[in-house]
Amino acid sequence: MKQKNTPLQKPSLFFVNKDKEALFSKKNRALLSDPMDDNNPITVQVLGICSALAITVQLKPAIVMSISVLVVMAASNVIISLLRNLIPNRIRIIVQLVVVAAMVVLVDQVLKAFAYDVYKELSIFIGLIITNCIVMGRLEAFALANKPWKSFLDGVGNAAGYGFILIVVAFFRELLGSGKLFGYQVVPDALYAMGYENNGLMLLSPMALITVGLFIWVQRSRNRKLIEKN
Amino acid sequence: MEAYINLFVKSIFIENMIFAYFLGMCSYLAVSKTVKTAVGLGFAVIFVLAITVPINFLLDTYLLKPGALAWLGTDYAAIDLSFLSFIMFIAVIASMVQLVEMIVEKFAPALYGALGIFLPLIAVNCAILGGSLFMQQKDFGGVLESGVYGLGSGIGWFLAIIAIAAIREKITYSNVPAPLKGLGITFIITGLMAIGFMSFMGIKL
Repeated sequence: MKQKNTPLQKPSLFFVNKDKEALFSKKNRALLSDPMDDNNPITVQVLGICSALAITVQLKPAIVMSISVLVVMAASNVIISLLRNLIPNRIRIIVQLVVVAAMVVLVDQVLKAFAYDVYKELSIFIGLIITNCIVMGRLEAFALANKPWKSFLDGVGNAAGYGFILIVVAFFRELLGSGKLFGYQVVPDALYAMGYENNGLMLLSPMALITVGLFIWVQRSRNRKLIEKN
Repeated sequence: MEAYINLFVKSIFIENMIFAYFLGMCSYLAVSKTVKTAVGLGFAVIFVLAITVPINFLLDTYLLKPGALAWLGTDYAAIDLSFLSFIMFIAVIASMVQLVEMIVEKFAPALYGALGIFLPLIAVNCAILGGSLFMQQKDFGGVLESGVYGLGSGIGWFLAIIAIAAIREKITYSNVPAPLKGLGITFIITGLMAIGFMSFMGIKL
Protein backbone atom coordinates (compact mmCIF):
# COMPACT_ATOMS: atom_id res chain seq x y z
CA MET A 1 0.00 0.00 0.00
CA LYS A 2 1.23 3.41 -0.89
CA GLN A 3 1.62 5.98 1.77
CA LYS A 4 -0.21 9.10 0.89
CA ASN A 5 0.76 11.46 3.62
CA THR A 6 4.43 12.10 3.85
CA PRO A 7 4.54 15.44 5.60
CA LEU A 8 8.24 15.21 6.33
CA GLN A 9 9.21 15.30 2.69
CA LYS A 10 6.94 18.15 1.81
CA PRO A 11 8.96 20.76 -0.06
CA SER A 12 9.15 23.88 2.01
CA LEU A 13 9.79 26.37 -0.73
CA PHE A 14 6.93 28.68 0.11
CA PHE A 15 6.77 31.46 2.58
CA VAL A 16 3.65 30.08 4.30
CA ASN A 17 2.94 28.06 7.35
CA LYS A 18 1.71 24.64 6.34
CA ASP A 19 1.22 23.48 9.91
CA LYS A 20 -1.54 26.03 10.49
CA GLU A 21 0.23 27.86 13.24
CA ALA A 22 -0.89 31.44 13.67
CA LEU A 23 1.60 33.91 12.27
CA PHE A 24 2.13 35.44 15.68
CA SER A 25 1.50 32.48 17.96
CA LYS A 26 2.95 32.47 21.45
CA LYS A 27 5.99 30.50 20.32
CA ASN A 28 6.63 32.87 17.46
CA ARG A 29 6.34 35.89 19.70
CA ALA A 30 8.85 34.32 22.05
CA LEU A 31 11.27 34.12 19.11
CA LEU A 32 11.02 37.87 18.86
CA SER A 33 11.09 38.77 22.54
CA ASP A 34 13.57 36.26 24.04
CA PRO A 35 16.64 37.82 22.45
CA MET A 36 15.81 41.14 24.08
CA ASP A 37 16.60 39.91 27.56
CA ASP A 38 16.82 36.21 28.54
CA ASN A 39 18.71 35.18 25.45
CA ASN A 40 20.33 38.40 24.35
CA PRO A 41 22.88 37.76 21.61
CA ILE A 42 25.51 40.03 23.13
CA THR A 43 25.21 39.67 26.88
CA VAL A 44 24.11 36.03 27.05
CA GLN A 45 25.09 34.24 23.86
CA VAL A 46 28.37 36.22 23.51
CA LEU A 47 27.86 36.74 19.77
CA GLY A 48 28.62 39.75 17.63
CA ILE A 49 30.73 41.63 20.11
CA CYS A 50 33.39 42.72 17.67
CA SER A 51 31.34 45.33 15.89
CA ALA A 52 29.15 46.17 18.89
CA LEU A 53 32.04 47.81 20.67
CA ALA A 54 33.75 49.76 17.96
CA ILE A 55 30.86 51.82 16.64
CA THR A 56 29.10 52.90 19.81
CA VAL A 57 30.78 56.26 20.26
CA GLN A 58 27.71 58.03 18.87
CA LEU A 59 24.06 57.10 18.52
CA LYS A 60 23.72 57.67 14.80
CA PRO A 61 26.24 55.11 13.51
CA ALA A 62 25.01 52.67 16.15
CA ILE A 63 21.47 52.92 14.82
CA VAL A 64 22.56 52.64 11.19
CA MET A 65 24.61 49.58 12.11
CA SER A 66 21.67 47.99 13.94
CA ILE A 67 19.41 48.48 10.95
CA SER A 68 22.04 47.07 8.57
CA VAL A 69 22.47 44.00 10.76
CA LEU A 70 18.71 43.59 10.98
CA VAL A 71 18.32 43.62 7.21
CA VAL A 72 21.23 41.25 6.65
CA MET A 73 20.11 38.82 9.33
CA ALA A 74 16.47 38.69 8.33
CA ALA A 75 17.31 38.23 4.65
CA SER A 76 20.07 35.67 5.08
CA ASN A 77 18.09 33.69 7.65
CA VAL A 78 15.20 33.38 5.22
CA ILE A 79 17.47 32.45 2.30
CA ILE A 80 19.39 29.81 4.23
CA SER A 81 16.16 28.47 5.67
CA LEU A 82 14.73 28.08 2.16
CA LEU A 83 17.90 26.34 1.01
CA ARG A 84 18.38 24.26 4.13
CA ASN A 85 17.45 20.93 2.56
CA LEU A 86 19.64 21.54 -0.47
CA ILE A 87 22.92 22.50 1.21
CA PRO A 88 25.39 19.64 1.64
CA ASN A 89 26.56 19.54 5.21
CA ARG A 90 30.28 19.68 4.45
CA ILE A 91 30.28 22.95 2.55
CA ARG A 92 27.55 24.69 4.52
CA ILE A 93 29.90 27.27 6.03
CA ILE A 94 31.06 28.45 2.62
CA VAL A 95 27.47 28.59 1.36
CA GLN A 96 26.41 30.58 4.39
CA LEU A 97 29.32 32.97 4.00
CA VAL A 98 28.50 33.57 0.35
CA VAL A 99 24.84 34.29 1.09
CA VAL A 100 25.70 36.63 3.94
CA ALA A 101 28.41 38.33 1.91
CA ALA A 102 25.99 38.97 -0.94
CA MET A 103 23.51 40.57 1.48
CA VAL A 104 26.25 42.68 3.03
CA VAL A 105 27.40 43.92 -0.36
CA LEU A 106 23.84 45.08 -1.05
CA VAL A 107 23.65 46.94 2.26
CA ASP A 108 27.12 48.36 1.70
CA GLN A 109 26.24 49.74 -1.72
CA VAL A 110 22.92 51.18 -0.50
CA LEU A 111 24.63 52.98 2.38
CA LYS A 112 27.36 54.23 0.10
CA ALA A 113 24.72 55.71 -2.17
CA PHE A 114 22.31 57.20 0.37
CA ALA A 115 24.22 57.82 3.60
CA TYR A 116 27.79 58.47 2.60
CA ASP A 117 28.95 60.24 5.79
CA VAL A 118 27.75 57.38 8.01
CA TYR A 119 29.23 54.92 5.54
CA LYS A 120 32.62 56.59 5.96
CA GLU A 121 32.28 56.48 9.72
CA LEU A 122 31.40 52.78 9.85
CA SER A 123 34.28 52.04 7.44
CA ILE A 124 35.24 48.39 7.62
CA PHE A 125 32.58 47.43 10.12
CA ILE A 126 29.91 47.10 7.44
CA GLY A 127 32.11 44.49 5.78
CA LEU A 128 32.63 42.83 9.09
CA ILE A 129 28.91 42.05 9.36
CA ILE A 130 29.87 39.06 7.19
CA THR A 131 31.87 37.57 10.01
CA ASN A 132 29.63 38.96 12.70
CA CYS A 133 29.17 35.91 14.84
CA ILE A 134 25.48 36.71 15.40
CA VAL A 135 24.66 36.19 11.75
CA MET A 136 26.65 32.97 11.41
CA GLY A 137 25.60 31.77 14.84
CA ARG A 138 21.89 32.13 14.17
CA LEU A 139 22.23 30.60 10.71
CA GLU A 140 23.95 27.56 12.21
CA ALA A 141 21.77 27.29 15.28
CA PHE A 142 18.38 28.21 13.90
CA ALA A 143 17.90 28.77 10.19
CA LEU A 144 19.42 25.42 9.19
CA ALA A 145 16.73 23.60 11.15
CA ASN A 146 13.63 25.77 10.93
CA LYS A 147 11.05 27.06 8.50
CA PRO A 148 11.46 30.42 6.74
CA TRP A 149 8.89 32.40 8.73
CA LYS A 150 10.31 31.28 12.07
CA SER A 151 13.84 31.95 10.86
CA PHE A 152 12.75 35.39 9.78
CA LEU A 153 11.36 36.13 13.25
CA ASP A 154 14.47 34.71 14.87
CA GLY A 155 16.67 36.90 12.70
CA VAL A 156 14.66 40.02 13.44
CA GLY A 157 14.50 39.22 17.15
CA ASN A 158 18.21 38.63 17.53
CA ALA A 159 19.14 41.65 15.46
CA ALA A 160 16.81 43.73 17.64
CA GLY A 161 18.44 42.38 20.79
CA TYR A 162 21.82 43.27 19.33
CA GLY A 163 20.63 46.72 18.30
CA PHE A 164 19.16 47.31 21.75
CA ILE A 165 22.54 46.83 23.44
CA LEU A 166 24.27 48.90 20.77
CA ILE A 167 21.87 51.79 21.26
CA VAL A 168 22.01 51.69 25.07
CA VAL A 169 25.82 51.67 25.06
CA ALA A 170 25.97 54.40 22.43
CA PHE A 171 23.46 56.50 24.38
CA PHE A 172 25.59 56.51 27.53
CA ARG A 173 28.85 56.96 25.68
CA GLU A 174 27.64 59.92 23.65
CA LEU A 175 25.81 61.52 26.58
CA LEU A 176 28.65 61.22 29.09
CA GLY A 177 31.48 61.53 26.60
CA SER A 178 30.42 64.56 24.60
CA GLY A 179 27.23 65.79 26.26
CA LYS A 180 25.31 65.28 23.04
CA LEU A 181 22.68 62.99 21.57
CA PHE A 182 22.51 62.50 17.78
CA GLY A 183 25.06 65.30 17.56
CA TYR A 184 22.87 67.86 19.36
CA GLN A 185 23.95 69.20 22.69
CA VAL A 186 21.65 68.05 25.51
CA VAL A 187 23.69 68.86 28.60
CA PRO A 188 22.67 72.45 29.42
CA ASP A 189 25.31 75.19 29.38
CA ALA A 190 24.41 76.04 32.99
CA LEU A 191 25.79 72.68 34.06
CA TYR A 192 29.09 73.37 32.31
CA ALA A 193 29.16 76.79 34.01
CA MET A 194 28.90 75.03 37.36
CA GLY A 195 32.06 73.09 36.56
CA TYR A 196 30.67 69.94 34.87
CA GLU A 197 33.12 68.40 32.41
CA ASN A 198 32.56 65.89 29.64
CA ASN A 199 34.25 62.60 30.40
CA GLY A 200 36.62 62.21 27.48
CA LEU A 201 37.47 58.67 28.54
CA MET A 202 33.97 57.55 27.53
CA LEU A 203 34.85 58.28 23.91
CA LEU A 204 37.83 55.92 23.97
CA SER A 205 37.39 52.30 23.03
CA PRO A 206 38.12 50.65 26.41
CA MET A 207 35.11 52.30 27.99
CA ALA A 208 32.84 50.47 25.53
CA LEU A 209 33.99 47.19 27.04
CA ILE A 210 33.52 48.44 30.56
CA THR A 211 30.06 49.83 29.76
CA VAL A 212 28.99 46.47 28.37
CA GLY A 213 30.49 44.79 31.45
CA LEU A 214 28.44 47.04 33.74
CA PHE A 215 25.34 46.45 31.62
CA ILE A 216 25.82 42.71 32.10
CA TRP A 217 26.17 43.27 35.81
CA VAL A 218 22.88 45.18 35.99
CA GLN A 219 21.07 42.67 33.78
CA ARG A 220 22.24 39.66 35.73
CA SER A 221 21.44 41.06 39.13
CA ARG A 222 17.89 41.64 37.88
CA ASN A 223 17.66 38.25 36.20
CA ARG A 224 19.46 35.87 38.50
CA LYS A 225 19.06 32.74 36.43
CA LEU A 226 21.64 34.08 33.97
CA ILE A 227 24.43 34.03 36.56
CA GLU A 228 27.40 31.84 35.60
CA LYS A 229 29.06 29.35 37.92
CA ASN A 230 32.56 30.75 37.88
CA MET B 1 64.10 46.87 6.47
CA GLU B 2 63.47 49.39 9.21
CA ALA B 3 60.04 50.14 7.77
CA TYR B 4 59.10 46.47 8.03
CA ILE B 5 60.16 46.26 11.67
CA ASN B 6 58.19 49.41 12.44
CA LEU B 7 55.11 48.02 10.75
CA PHE B 8 55.56 44.74 12.60
CA VAL B 9 55.78 46.34 16.05
CA LYS B 10 52.97 48.72 15.19
CA SER B 11 50.60 45.95 14.16
CA ILE B 12 51.37 43.93 17.29
CA PHE B 13 51.10 46.61 19.95
CA ILE B 14 49.75 49.94 18.77
CA GLU B 15 47.09 48.63 16.42
CA ASN B 16 46.37 45.49 18.39
CA MET B 17 43.42 43.66 16.86
CA ILE B 18 41.74 43.04 20.21
CA PHE B 19 42.58 46.06 22.30
CA ALA B 20 42.45 48.77 19.67
CA TYR B 21 39.82 47.48 17.23
CA PHE B 22 37.91 44.76 19.13
CA LEU B 23 38.21 42.34 16.26
CA GLY B 24 37.87 38.64 16.93
CA MET B 25 36.22 39.30 20.26
CA CYS B 26 33.70 36.47 19.96
CA SER B 27 36.25 33.69 19.87
CA TYR B 28 38.48 35.68 22.21
CA LEU B 29 35.77 35.56 24.87
CA ALA B 30 34.53 32.06 24.10
CA VAL B 31 37.85 30.21 23.91
CA SER B 32 39.83 31.95 26.64
CA LYS B 33 38.81 29.78 29.60
CA THR B 34 42.13 27.91 29.68
CA VAL B 35 45.59 28.84 28.43
CA LYS B 36 46.04 25.57 26.53
CA THR B 37 43.12 26.02 24.15
CA ALA B 38 43.94 29.71 23.82
CA VAL B 39 47.44 28.86 22.58
CA GLY B 40 45.99 26.48 19.96
CA LEU B 41 43.56 29.04 18.61
CA GLY B 42 46.18 31.79 18.75
CA PHE B 43 48.62 29.84 16.57
CA ALA B 44 45.88 29.02 14.08
CA VAL B 45 44.97 32.71 13.82
CA ILE B 46 48.60 33.76 13.24
CA PHE B 47 48.94 31.14 10.53
CA VAL B 48 45.77 32.04 8.66
CA LEU B 49 46.27 35.81 8.94
CA ALA B 50 49.85 35.61 7.68
CA ILE B 51 48.67 33.65 4.62
CA THR B 52 45.38 35.34 3.72
CA VAL B 53 46.46 38.99 3.99
CA PRO B 54 49.15 38.73 1.25
CA ILE B 55 46.87 36.64 -0.97
CA ASN B 56 44.08 39.16 -0.63
CA PHE B 57 46.60 41.92 -1.29
CA LEU B 58 47.48 40.33 -4.62
CA LEU B 59 43.80 39.90 -5.45
CA ASP B 60 43.12 43.50 -4.56
CA THR B 61 46.03 44.88 -6.55
CA TYR B 62 45.60 42.85 -9.71
CA LEU B 63 41.86 42.28 -9.81
CA LEU B 64 39.70 44.47 -7.62
CA LYS B 65 41.12 47.98 -7.27
CA PRO B 66 39.97 50.71 -9.64
CA GLY B 67 42.26 50.33 -12.63
CA ALA B 68 43.68 47.05 -11.38
CA LEU B 69 42.78 45.25 -14.58
CA ALA B 70 45.08 47.49 -16.62
CA TRP B 71 47.45 44.54 -17.15
CA LEU B 72 44.79 42.97 -19.40
CA GLY B 73 44.92 45.91 -21.76
CA THR B 74 43.85 49.52 -21.92
CA ASP B 75 40.20 48.56 -22.46
CA TYR B 76 39.99 47.10 -18.99
CA ALA B 77 41.72 49.93 -17.16
CA ALA B 78 38.48 51.74 -16.35
CA ILE B 79 36.85 48.77 -14.64
CA ASP B 80 36.32 49.06 -10.89
CA LEU B 81 35.49 45.76 -9.23
CA SER B 82 36.06 46.92 -5.67
CA PHE B 83 32.43 46.24 -4.69
CA LEU B 84 33.26 42.55 -5.05
CA SER B 85 36.00 42.68 -2.45
CA PHE B 86 33.95 41.35 0.48
CA ILE B 87 32.89 38.26 -1.42
CA MET B 88 36.37 37.65 -2.83
CA PHE B 89 38.07 38.10 0.53
CA ILE B 90 35.71 35.87 2.42
CA ALA B 91 35.91 33.21 -0.29
CA VAL B 92 39.71 33.27 -0.09
CA ILE B 93 39.58 33.06 3.69
CA ALA B 94 37.07 30.21 3.77
CA SER B 95 38.96 28.20 1.19
CA MET B 96 42.36 28.92 2.79
CA VAL B 97 41.03 27.72 6.11
CA GLN B 98 39.77 24.55 4.45
CA LEU B 99 43.14 24.09 2.73
CA VAL B 100 45.16 24.76 5.86
CA GLU B 101 42.98 22.28 7.69
CA MET B 102 43.67 19.56 5.12
CA ILE B 103 47.42 20.26 4.98
CA VAL B 104 47.77 20.26 8.74
CA GLU B 105 45.75 17.07 9.01
CA LYS B 106 47.98 15.35 6.48
CA PHE B 107 51.45 16.52 7.54
CA ALA B 108 51.13 17.41 11.22
CA PRO B 109 48.48 15.18 12.79
CA ALA B 110 49.63 16.11 16.30
CA LEU B 111 49.06 19.82 15.67
CA TYR B 112 45.74 18.98 14.01
CA GLY B 113 44.64 17.11 17.11
CA ALA B 114 45.66 20.04 19.29
CA LEU B 115 43.83 22.64 17.20
CA GLY B 116 40.77 20.45 16.78
CA ILE B 117 37.62 22.38 16.06
CA PHE B 118 39.32 25.76 16.18
CA LEU B 119 40.61 25.61 12.63
CA PRO B 120 37.20 25.70 10.90
CA LEU B 121 36.02 28.32 13.40
CA ILE B 122 38.68 30.71 12.18
CA ALA B 123 36.82 31.31 8.94
CA VAL B 124 34.32 33.38 10.89
CA ASN B 125 36.81 35.16 13.12
CA CYS B 126 36.40 38.88 12.48
CA ALA B 127 40.11 39.47 13.01
CA ILE B 128 40.91 37.56 9.81
CA LEU B 129 38.53 39.46 7.55
CA GLY B 130 39.38 42.64 9.45
CA GLY B 131 43.07 42.14 8.64
CA SER B 132 42.28 41.97 4.93
CA LEU B 133 39.95 44.97 5.03
CA PHE B 134 42.50 47.08 6.91
CA MET B 135 45.11 45.99 4.39
CA GLN B 136 42.83 47.31 1.64
CA GLN B 137 42.44 50.64 3.46
CA LYS B 138 46.10 51.08 4.21
CA ASP B 139 47.33 50.91 0.61
CA PHE B 140 50.41 48.81 1.24
CA GLY B 141 53.29 48.98 -1.21
CA GLY B 142 54.00 45.30 -1.70
CA VAL B 143 53.27 41.69 -0.85
CA LEU B 144 56.00 41.58 1.77
CA GLU B 145 54.62 44.59 3.56
CA SER B 146 51.14 43.13 3.74
CA GLY B 147 52.58 39.80 4.87
CA VAL B 148 54.43 41.50 7.71
CA TYR B 149 51.22 43.28 8.65
CA GLY B 150 49.24 40.02 8.68
CA LEU B 151 51.88 38.25 10.75
CA GLY B 152 52.07 41.12 13.24
CA SER B 153 48.31 41.36 13.68
CA GLY B 154 48.15 37.63 14.26
CA ILE B 155 50.84 37.78 16.92
CA GLY B 156 49.05 40.68 18.61
CA TRP B 157 45.84 38.66 18.74
CA PHE B 158 47.78 35.65 20.05
CA LEU B 159 49.32 37.68 22.89
CA ALA B 160 45.96 39.15 23.83
CA ILE B 161 44.14 35.83 24.07
CA ILE B 162 46.95 34.24 26.08
CA ALA B 163 46.98 37.15 28.51
CA ILE B 164 43.23 37.03 29.13
CA ALA B 165 43.23 33.22 29.41
CA ALA B 166 45.91 33.36 32.08
CA ILE B 167 43.99 36.02 34.00
CA ARG B 168 40.76 34.02 33.75
CA GLU B 169 42.48 30.93 35.08
CA LYS B 170 43.62 32.88 38.14
CA ILE B 171 40.38 34.77 38.65
CA THR B 172 38.46 31.63 39.57
CA TYR B 173 40.14 31.94 42.98
CA SER B 174 38.90 35.49 43.51
CA ASN B 175 35.64 36.57 45.03
CA VAL B 176 33.85 38.26 42.12
CA PRO B 177 30.25 39.52 42.70
CA ALA B 178 27.92 36.77 41.48
CA PRO B 179 26.18 38.68 38.64
CA LEU B 180 29.56 39.78 37.31
CA LYS B 181 31.06 36.28 37.22
CA GLY B 182 32.18 34.87 33.88
CA LEU B 183 31.36 37.18 31.03
CA GLY B 184 30.92 40.43 32.94
CA ILE B 185 34.28 40.43 34.67
CA THR B 186 36.00 39.32 31.48
CA PHE B 187 34.63 42.37 29.70
CA ILE B 188 35.81 44.69 32.44
CA ILE B 189 39.28 43.12 32.58
CA THR B 190 39.57 43.42 28.81
CA GLY B 191 38.60 47.07 29.14
CA LEU B 192 41.33 47.66 31.72
CA MET B 193 43.87 45.84 29.57
CA ALA B 194 42.84 48.00 26.64
CA ILE B 195 43.47 51.10 28.73
CA GLY B 196 46.92 49.66 29.44
CA PHE B 197 47.54 49.08 25.75
CA MET B 198 46.57 52.68 25.03
CA SER B 199 49.88 53.71 26.51
CA PHE B 200 51.48 52.40 23.30
CA MET B 201 49.54 54.95 21.30
CA GLY B 202 51.97 57.72 22.04
CA ILE B 203 54.76 55.84 20.30
CA LYS B 204 55.48 57.22 16.85
CA LEU B 205 56.99 54.74 14.46
